[in-house]
Amino acid sequence: MEYTGAEIIIKTLIDEGVDTLFGYPGGAVIDIYNALYNYRDQIRHIRPSHEQGGAHAADGYSRSTGKTGVVLATSGPGATNLVTGIATAYMDSIPMVCITGNAASHLIGKDAFQEIDIFGATMSVTKHNFMITDIADLQDTIRRAFKIANSGRKGPVLIDVPKDFTQLKYPYEKKESLPIDGKHKIVQSDLEKFAEIINQAERPIIYAGGGINSSDSSQELRALMDKAMIPAVNTIMAIGVLGPLDQLNLGMVGMHGKNSSNYSIEHSDLVIALGTRFSDRVALNTKHFAPDAKIIQVDIDQSEIDKNVVVDFEIVGDLKEILAEILSLIEEKDRKDWLAQIEEFRKEDYQPPNGSDSIEPYKIIRHVAEYFGEDLIFVTDVGQHQMWTAQYCARTKPRTFLTSGGLGTMGFGFGASIGAKAGNPDKPVVLISGDGSFTMNMNELKTAVDHQINTITIILNNHALGMVRQWQNLLYDQRYSETDIDHSFDYVKLAEAFGAKGYSCATITEFKAAFADATTQNKPIIIEAIIDKDELVLPMIPAGGTVEDIIME
Amino acid sequence: MKQMRVLSILVENNAGTLTRVAGLFARRGYNIDTLTVSETKDPSFSRITLTASLNDLELNQLVSQTAKLEEVISIEELFETNSVMREILLVKVSVSDDCRSKLIEITDVYKGVVVDLSPDSMIIELTGKPQKIDAFIRVIDNYNIVNICRTGVTALQRGKGD
Repeated sequence: MEYTGAEIIIKTLIDEGVDTLFGYPGGAVIDIYNALYNYRDQIRHIRPSHEQGGAHAADGYSRSTGKTGVVLATSGPGATNLVTGIATAYMDSIPMVCITGNAASHLIGKDAFQEIDIFGATMSVTKHNFMITDIADLQDTIRRAFKIANSGRKGPVLIDVPKDFTQLKYPYEKKESLPIDGKHKIVQSDLEKFAEIINQAERPIIYAGGGINSSDSSQELRALMDKAMIPAVNTIMAIGVLGPLDQLNLGMVGMHGKNSSNYSIEHSDLVIALGTRFSDRVALNTKHFAPDAKIIQVDIDQSEIDKNVVVDFEIVGDLKEILAEILSLIEEKDRKDWLAQIEEFRKEDYQPPNGSDSIEPYKIIRHVAEYFGEDLIFVTDVGQHQMWTAQYCARTKPRTFLTSGGLGTMGFGFGASIGAKAGNPDKPVVLISGDGSFTMNMNELKTAVDHQINTITIILNNHALGMVRQWQNLLYDQRYSETDIDHSFDYVKLAEAFGAKGYSCATITEFKAAFADATTQNKPIIIEAIIDKDELVLPMIPAGGTVEDIIME
Repeated sequence: MKQMRVLSILVENNAGTLTRVAGLFARRGYNIDTLTVSETKDPSFSRITLTASLNDLELNQLVSQTAKLEEVISIEELFETNSVMREILLVKVSVSDDCRSKLIEITDVYKGVVVDLSPDSMIIELTGKPQKIDAFIRVIDNYNIVNICRTGVTALQRGKGD
């Protein structure tokens, strides 16, 4: 039987298991929406206020569920509005399929109304992209997009569909989903050598990255840590993957990581890098990263080997498979001396000051984390609040901390929290944001209200673009150029205007009361917590620095 | 140490594939010195031959980044020892009566061909390894060269393969 291209798109998405679609209607996709009308009981469609929010929502859905996020936008501005969202997903290797409409194919290249070369524009921020030139390719291309998004190192894929291909008819015979590939053949001798290096090390440390999430290998990682008593640090992309908060789980490393994590890397004789890319926020100074250590690496992406830091030995392949196979080759150890040394490092960890009723960010974050427990999904925007949340969120499960790590996209959070809640309706989702980030995409509050997606948003309001201001404070002679946000903004009225519930608090007692009340409400929540403008994210190692340069106050 | 590398890249013959490869080089901060592209025996594939000046680490990084592109089938570095490399040169020289025959003599030595002869200029065509082209240009450097055009290297591995 013949279907329009629009119907083929929707049918293929359903057959790929898509049950949630983030999208925004427009002229070039009107036929796709017309087709969607017939399938609205099978696909939940969530319309953001702005396509960027839709892209972040699809991303947040994917990060929190492990499934592919799907976003649909019209041509021209609809498509370009996706770009920041796609780039955010690309930098953090998040599988997404993005479908854009475009002008009809006879108008392509003629500067038609709302025509844009989104194929060209997104080439460098997608794993791959397609432009449909034949309706016969439509189903195959969508299926290939899902395969590419999820094969090897994951990432976003875009399909641009000129309008006429949504209107033409073609037979639809359901095909199977394409198998995910990218499994590299693992050579036994490589595993043996890898294990031997680990067995010979006296002071090994695991440096775990977002690849542990992508490959779903958190349990395999923990088994390795426990068997050989290897302590581990994590990047911001790997918050939650190290499991229980114990002596082996050292927490976050890098610019705002724990002293003990950074010292442990510094003093180790072996760094075991798993699914991570030695970014400039961790290997702040690549020349002095782990100066006394051998470095070995496992990554699914060959191009991550020797990219930022040259390693001594590597295995390219799937982490889950490699960690599972290597376990039997790893010797049990107790590593008493090394762990004792790390306990000494821990004594030098930064402790936040404890004023009784003062409203420091860490108290807010700890309170929320303790209240909701391990299933809580924390989402952040970008800036100081992001780092405070990373430091104090105490996540012990994968996919419970969603943040824009690579691109550092302010405005990511609200859309992402909507996507996370849409994908996890039974789990609490709390966005910690800042006044700068929140106002970038606060229009998505409307989306949350419209779709009854009841997230809690806590705005740590320091009336400043805090992270830039912190750098100006510490590194630019307190010349606060354009980082003070002096306007008074009534977040309570704002929330009410959108149909959400708002609170404002200036002490921790007020915050706890507001939060307790918020948990009884059945609508999206905005809680403004007014914090000190001069609050710093500590510790801090300035860009390009080493542990010698740690700033503690 | 940076040295000139010849990379042979087999790609799907789709619109935009060259942009992806060239864009990757630009995005990662590397300059392409020469580039040739043509269909292979199977018209659904193209071969890109390019040269760039890279050290070993840069080479490995670029090769693995390029190999990741969905439309790239294979990428390999070619060496003089295992490959045939050729390049075509067209050079227009302004000549007067008294130097024309000397220039033709040099061209003959290099097995080049005069493909256009006008009263006050000539165009010489020369095919060969890049080093031979370089050498020829050095020799005629004293003449009044108006313009030079080189195709860049195209290359195939010797023996069976492919």
